Amino acid sequence: MNKNSNILLNHGSGGRLTHDLIQNLFFKYFDNEILSSQTDSALLKIDSKNIAFTTDSYVVDPLFFPGGNIGKLAVCGTVNDLAVSGAKALYLSIGFIIEEGFSFDDLKIIVKSIAEEAKKANVKIVTGDTKVVNKGKCDKLFINTSGIGLLQEKNKEISSGKNIEFGDKIIINGFIGDHGMAVLSARNELNFEANVESDCASLNNLIQNVLDKSDQIKFMRDATRGGVGTVLCEIAENRKFGIEIDETKLPVRENVKGMCEIFGFDPLYVANEGKVLIVVSNEDAEEVLKTIKNNSLGVEAAIIGEIINEHHGLVVLNTEISGRRIIDMPAGEQLPRIC
Amino acid sequence: MKFIDEYRNKEIVFKLVKQIKEISKKEISLMEVCGGHTMSIQKFGIPSLLPKNIKLLSGPGCPVCVTSNKFIDHAIALSKVKDVIITSFGDLIRVPGSSSSLEKEKAKGADIRIVLSSLDALEIAKNNKVKKIVFLGIGFETTAPTSAATILEADKQNINNFFLLSSHKTMPPAMTALIDEGVKIDGYICPGHVTTITGTEMYKQVVEKYKLACVVSGFEPVDILQSIYMLVKQIENNTFKVENAYKRAVKSEGNVLAQNIMNKVFEPQNDWWRGLGILENSGLAIRKKYKMFDAAQSFNVKIEETIEVKGCICGEILKGLKTPKECKLYSKVCNPVNPVGTCMVSSEGACHAYFKYNI
Repeated sequence: MNKNSNILLNHGSGGRLTHDLIQNLFFKYFDNEILSSQTDSALLKIDSKNIAFTTDSYVVDPLFFPGGNIGKLAVCGTVNDLAVSGAKALYLSIGFIIEEGFSFDDLKIIVKSIAEEAKKANVKIVTGDTKVVNKGKCDKLFINTSGIGLLQEKNKEISSGKNIEFGDKIIINGFIGDHGMAVLSARNELNFEANVESDCASLNNLIQNVLDKSDQIKFMRDATRGGVGTVLCEIAENRKFGIEIDETKLPVRENVKGMCEIFGFDPLYVANEGKVLIVVSNEDAEEVLKTIKNNSLGVEAAIIGEIINEHHGLVVLNTEISGRRIIDMPAGEQLPRIC
Repeated sequence: MKFIDEYRNKEIVFKLVKQIKEISKKEISLMEVCGGHTMSIQKFGIPSLLPKNIKLLSGPGCPVCVTSNKFIDHAIALSKVKDVIITSFGDLIRVPGSSSSLEKEKAKGADIRIVLSSLDALEIAKNNKVKKIVFLGIGFETTAPTSAATILEADKQNINNFFLLSSHKTMPPAMTALIDEGVKIDGYICPGHVTTITGTEMYKQVVEKYKLACVVSGFEPVDILQSIYMLVKQIENNTFKVENAYKRAVKSEGNVLAQNIMNKVFEPQNDWWRGLGILENSGLAIRKKYKMFDAAQSFNVKIEETIEVKGCICGEILKGLKTPKECKLYSKVCNPVNPVGTCMVSSEGACHAYFKYNI
């Protein structure tokens, strides 16, 4: 009875089921040393150059939401996956799967956003593909983007997090949970409107500032689906250190907090599209924080926690009333609670 | 958040914890019977603040957790009927029935939608005239009035494609049944939301008959700690009474309007609780006058034979006789990804909360 014979929505939630699917099916059959390092981008060596390579598909519903649309998201997401690997994003590919009958005007708006965001992020879209499928065979529009970037030798270990040590600090570049709540509210299924915009943004300039400032950046990951909580668990999982997070330091907007209260969500697990978690040495933490705060995408940045020599492999949250609890990887997408 | 942050104030929390420690001498067990309390207690890490002699237990307060396999099986059978849309509170869809769950049926193609209220389900009914919309009515005196109001509204607007499958329950029978079953507790942290509707009168029998402390509590850390303080005080002094620590929401007479609506649509029936069995007059059945809205009577479906899972001790956990960690299935076999028992499914369930938050 516990075996799933069909794919559930939950397999795509970024939580435990997604991890199981990847481990037990994809890794099993695609097994190679580059893939198994499980970094945000694959790190390749071609002709003595370090190349980062990544891909992502975008199926967001609705296509347009406060703060962005699927096109902008498709650029930001892939650019960010390269940037958090420590690479300089250079080129993107783009693939469209379009449902028959989709509005030409909407497509134009989306393509324009793609071009604008690519320009802003200083990447070129150099190849692409278009497929149109029968009505009902996909939901309006799906986009896939892949990207490659160049990686300097000194940044090679960032995506593995190998150099993380006790005492390192964890920084987030601003308010968490905005994207998830903006999309949820735009979806209108739950008859709920919150005045919140998606944080969807390309973080490569901000990350470049950080890398220019410090050579003590130990790890970075963009906290998208699954939220900050999931990334923290991924950092600590199977490692010989623990993570301690201070709930009072977590930047959460009042309206996002309020929406989370009503739905019974934990903002730690709500999706972001413009947030990066940075692990940096204690010595450089304040300077790096200052650098992030000087960037328009990092004004609300904060040091939220620390790598410690206790409860190895676990993330512990000091709650706002000084209680303590574990942050665990979510089993799946958060569901609105009954009461 | 205004009006919430005040109740999460660290200094007040510390002060209350200090006061509790000063007066608390006896080894005591306090039980909460509301999923919202379970969540709050774990989310804020309240047990880590309390002295070791105060044990907090989670009772049958999570509506999802006390829902029977049979109800899920019934809902699954309905989801297979042509043109039926099942509407449900979010956390119910992962609850395992005898052989499947609503989440799995959705993956196979059943039309199952998450709503925040039965009134949202009524909207779906209005917008999908050719479909039949079944709302899965679970919950105590908190959600039952809204379900009742939805039926009255459907009746008023002549909407004939909305149906309720009622598994609504009332809280007092469970609170007395637990004690009759031999559960050893010293006091109840009484459910704030339920009492907002029912009023505080109904706890008098618990206090008088069983000599237990009863304090109605809100859901923020300061509310809960204040209630614990008041409970400890009653127990230490051997003076048992019903006290209200949630006066900003709960009036002693409750919400009379909601009570009337509930009584108009529902009548008491014996009902089955997971872990507790059948409790007399603990369920809410739809009255004859509104039977055209009763999904149980309007659809003739074959419900599969109920199979209860072996080894699952949800029942004992709900009764507060055992903690989740004492269950053989806990963590290894039964976890939030593959929940076996209902206590692991809902984020309000004791096992789920333990799994997620306990250190």
